[in-house]
Amino acid sequence: MRRSHWMVAGLLMFAVGGSFAYLGLEVGQLFSAEAGRQMWKYLISFFPPDLTTDYLVRIWHGTLETIAISAIGTLLAAILGLLLAIPAAGRLGLAFRVIARLVLNFLRSIPELVWAALMVFAAGLGPLAGTLALMWHTTGVIGRLFAETLENAPPEPAQGLVLSGARPVMAFLYGTMPEVVAQFVAYVLYRWEINIRMAAILGVVGAGGLGQMLYMSLSLFQQPQAMTVIIAMLSLVIIVDAASAWLRQRVAAK
Amino acid sequence: MERNDGITLRRDPAAPARLALTLLIVVLVWPGFRLTEFDPGVLFDPRNRETMGKFLATFFPLALSADFLRLVFQSTLETLAIATAGMTIAMVIAIPLSLIVTRSLSVSRIGPGPGKWRGRLVRFPARLLLMLYRSIPEIVWALLFVRAVGLGPSAGVLAIGITYGGMLGKVYSEIFESGDTRPTYALLEAGSGRLATFAYGMFPVALPELVSYTVYRWECAVRASVIMGFVGAGGLGMQMELSMRMLNGSEVSTMLAVFLSLVMLADGVSALLRRVTA
Repeated sequence: MRRSHWMVAGLLMFAVGGSFAYLGLEVGQLFSAEAGRQMWKYLISFFPPDLTTDYLVRIWHGTLETIAISAIGTLLAAILGLLLAIPAAGRLGLAFRVIARLVLNFLRSIPELVWAALMVFAAGLGPLAGTLALMWHTTGVIGRLFAETLENAPPEPAQGLVLSGARPVMAFLYGTMPEVVAQFVAYVLYRWEINIRMAAILGVVGAGGLGQMLYMSLSLFQQPQAMTVIIAMLSLVIIVDAASAWLRQRVAAK
Repeated sequence: MERNDGITLRRDPAAPARLALTLLIVVLVWPGFRLTEFDPGVLFDPRNRETMGKFLATFFPLALSADFLRLVFQSTLETLAIATAGMTIAMVIAIPLSLIVTRSLSVSRIGPGPGKWRGRLVRFPARLLLMLYRSIPEIVWALLFVRAVGLGPSAGVLAIGITYGGMLGKVYSEIFESGDTRPTYALLEAGSGRLATFAYGMFPVALPELVSYTVYRWECAVRASVIMGFVGAGGLGMQMELSMRMLNGSEVSTMLAVFLSLVMLADGVSALLRRVTA
């Protein structure tokens, strides 16, 4: 081993030891028999999950709400993202490009959950807050991706239209958009998939969907109901994963 | 448009199809607007606007009093410590499980002999456990642990430990499998034990990738530990949530700034670590 390796190893040991010490975590206590017993008691209070028809209907509604939050949030983000991507790709001059990039970076660097906590203040508890939260973050991500696609799009078709007398807006719509629209749709679908997963948990800060149901039932110490929500979340994620894998395969096979 | 040479130019031959597609999307999406109680009017409702306006107005200037900065510094350290301690627990979970799961390390696989079924019987539950750990999102684990061990950093550490343990375990075993497995097979077939085979045949091949993935996950853990604070798992996120509750905008904006720099710092440190160890 080289000297630098020893140094890294030493630093790592120091960081790990320091972390446990700083948090005052007693590893022995965390994994003691008493803690184990309590954990076990808590764990079995989740079983059996609540599978009464009444509750399943509410879960179904929560699942639909989750999907709606993700779909509307992504759709609005796609529109806003495109509007911001055009200046960010430098189509309206350098000043707009810098400003649009700053806005997109800002929107993107704040995580969905922080946006959700903020939006709960602006729009109140409920699915609207979740929708807006997803919209802001996704606008940042999609806007940047769109901007990159626009910059890489071949300029010749639009130039050709402009040179033969088309207005710039028309040249953009009929010269540039056809080149990039497939990529845009792919990005939007990809983000939608991520956002379904996100929408399921955003509710823990009060932004609607399955997450809010989980938070409520855990706060009321209704562990069987919480278990049902967790099962619903897992199934939603598994179904979305499978569907997207299937779609990808279909598209790739074509 | 009629041209004098008799050719009819339609403005856009694809327009009807595009219009139909747009209408279809609108019809499909319409119930979604209802389900999400979508009403931008709420944002402009005078009462809401006043609260939010006041809240936003307090975002600037940033809160920079010495007391508050000390608090922010402590919570930042706590966040980093949660991420680091959580990753340690994750590795303690992941390493043994990934060794169990990795099929190239199976002695019974290289030839006929006893132990084939026993191997499968052990491997399957280990795989299932890893899947369970990583498919429940860390914030849900955090919610559960906050109720099991109380508010504070230990819930965050456990949540990161479990979720990331599941992810690391799966990826570690994939790294082991995807590397050059010839040294492993040679050692196993020559009669070496499983652990010795791992230490001398597999580990050296896989080390650079292991390190770089682990460091990347640590970077994710820093971000996750801030977010988990929102459900009471300690660190910067918990302070941010408290300041939001009290509608103290300047504190929120300070902490957002600290959070963003922390993420950038973690990014830098992880890039550096990966370069040093690669």
